[in-house]
Amino acid sequence: MNAAVICRKVVKVFGGGEPVYALRGVDLQLPFGELSLLVGPSGSGKTTLLCILAGLLYPTSGEVEVLGHRLHEMSARELVRLRAREIGFVFQQYNLLPALTAQENAAVPLLIQGVPRRQALQRAAELLEELGVADRMHAYPHQLSGGQQQRVAIARALVHQPRFLVCDEPTAALDAESGRRTMELIRRVIVRPDRAVLVVTHDSRIFDFGQRIIYMNDGMVVREEVPSQQKHLIAGAPS
Amino acid sequence: MIWIAFQMLTGDRAKYFGILVGISFATLLIAQQSSIFCGLMLTASSQIYDAKDAPIWVMDPGMQFVDDIKPLSENELLRVRGVSGVAWAARFYKGLGRARFSDGKFQQMMILGLDDAYMVGAPREIVVGSLDDLRQPDAVIMDERGYRYLWPGEPYILGRTFEMNDRRAVLVGICKASRTFQTFPIIYTRFSQALRFAPQERKALSFILAAPKPGLDAKELCERITKQTRLKALTREEFAWVTIWYYIRRTGIPINFGTTVLLGFFVGTAIAGQTFYLFTIENLRQFGALKAMGLTNLRLIGMVLFQGIFVGTVGYGLGIGLAVGFGLLAERSDRLTFFMPWQVLVGTAVAVLLIVVLSSIFSLRKVLVLEPAQVFRA
Repeated sequence: MNAAVICRKVVKVFGGGEPVYALRGVDLQLPFGELSLLVGPSGSGKTTLLCILAGLLYPTSGEVEVLGHRLHEMSARELVRLRAREIGFVFQQYNLLPALTAQENAAVPLLIQGVPRRQALQRAAELLEELGVADRMHAYPHQLSGGQQQRVAIARALVHQPRFLVCDEPTAALDAESGRRTMELIRRVIVRPDRAVLVVTHDSRIFDFGQRIIYMNDGMVVREEVPSQQKHLIAGAPS
Repeated sequence: MIWIAFQMLTGDRAKYFGILVGISFATLLIAQQSSIFCGLMLTASSQIYDAKDAPIWVMDPGMQFVDDIKPLSENELLRVRGVSGVAWAARFYKGLGRARFSDGKFQQMMILGLDDAYMVGAPREIVVGSLDDLRQPDAVIMDERGYRYLWPGEPYILGRTFEMNDRRAVLVGICKASRTFQTFPIIYTRFSQALRFAPQERKALSFILAAPKPGLDAKELCERITKQTRLKALTREEFAWVTIWYYIRRTGIPINFGTTVLLGFFVGTAIAGQTFYLFTIENLRQFGALKAMGLTNLRLIGMVLFQGIFVGTVGYGLGIGLAVGFGLLAERSDRLTFFMPWQVLVGTAVAVLLIVVLSSIFSLRKVLVLEPAQVFRA
């Protein structure tokens, strides 16, 4: 497998007084060209793992390799640079800047990289067109529907052509039909052979969109499924 | 990113105007009160600057400010004239007298007596009449403000008479003079005439006005006069500052104005700081998202500081504009003093800069300690 992300025995402990084990030795590989779903109940460690894989948190122990970069050995500054260039984010609440138009919001990652504004806006406009919201390009977030805001958020995540994309609960606030449409969009627009996509969700309605489904519980990966192939059970995990 | 910072700042109109109002109000209060204070201090020393042809003032060593008169004897004048480097030394009388008008009305007047021969210390501009008219018997020249006070709404009429110390005074001219601290009408007359108008004292010479010979520095001559005569000799600027410092030290004026200026500073900081803080708190998720997407703390600091400096500059401009508007209104009024030197502008700018930097730092704390991972938590 051509792995974009590799985790080896990743442990994350929070708290100074009473330590809280958020991750208890996670082993994981995410290949390029696949849409992986990270699922599990609340408190299972999904978000912590996502943050570590996205270079937002350091693991307490273990090794994390993303796109060939050994994150656990990188400085905070190097992680910031990696996030700016190689990682795209789709947040659960979109987190669009209310003072910027859809087009300007979508251009933000390029502006962070120092790309000239005109060029960044041009690229953002192209993506918004691809995502079907070109007509709302000059609207502000409060003038957009939830679905439109999400498309803008997806455009923002893709505008700088990241090789690893993380989506946090993209369908949490949507009804079943909208959720499916969003996942179809993600599969159609985001998934590329040179890109790995990780979607954190607890929405079982979208599980059939995942090319790989990683189940977490109590800080551990308890099961991993590749629906197109045979079920692959991790040793010792419940089926 | 500066562009994004600008959009974020001006996008929330209510907060943007809230911060602007805070900074403009602080600027207005600081600049306006400081200018009124400067105006008052200028008033306190105005008579010194009005005698523009007198570069050196010689006085009793015990004198503390321009109205603290300790008269000198005629001998002192001769001693000053004997100091090498003195081009000329002239008598100058300054005192108060009571005028009685034909309708029985009394009015306290400030009498300035100019040396009969040199006429040094004359008013800076004669509006009606001429300085030479002072050589006529009983002649006085009155300042415009005093004339308008005594004969409100009446045209300038020369030849009006009144009594001072049972002596007849004849108005031969109207002049411009700076406002004084006591606000009494000012009359200029010859030194010999002033002594008749004023209550008799053994010594009557209030000041000796002097000038150095060409090529000699006024400050150096002052040192010579002080050394040789043991009198206090000061340049015009020195004497003005001695007077100003007396008022600053011995009156509550600076404390009163200083309190208002400080209040303006604190109120401005509180309003701007709180609004800026709220603005940041409300955008915290967005700042977190920007950090997650790879925006460094350094660039975030730059963004917030830019917002502060931008809003500070606009607020400063508005506040100074309002203060200058007040100054223009004050200029039309005889009751208000207003003087805005460049130091007030710079001082206010420094205060505003401090306000925006404090406000920014107050807000930045939250942004800098914000973990970008927080945006993934509900």
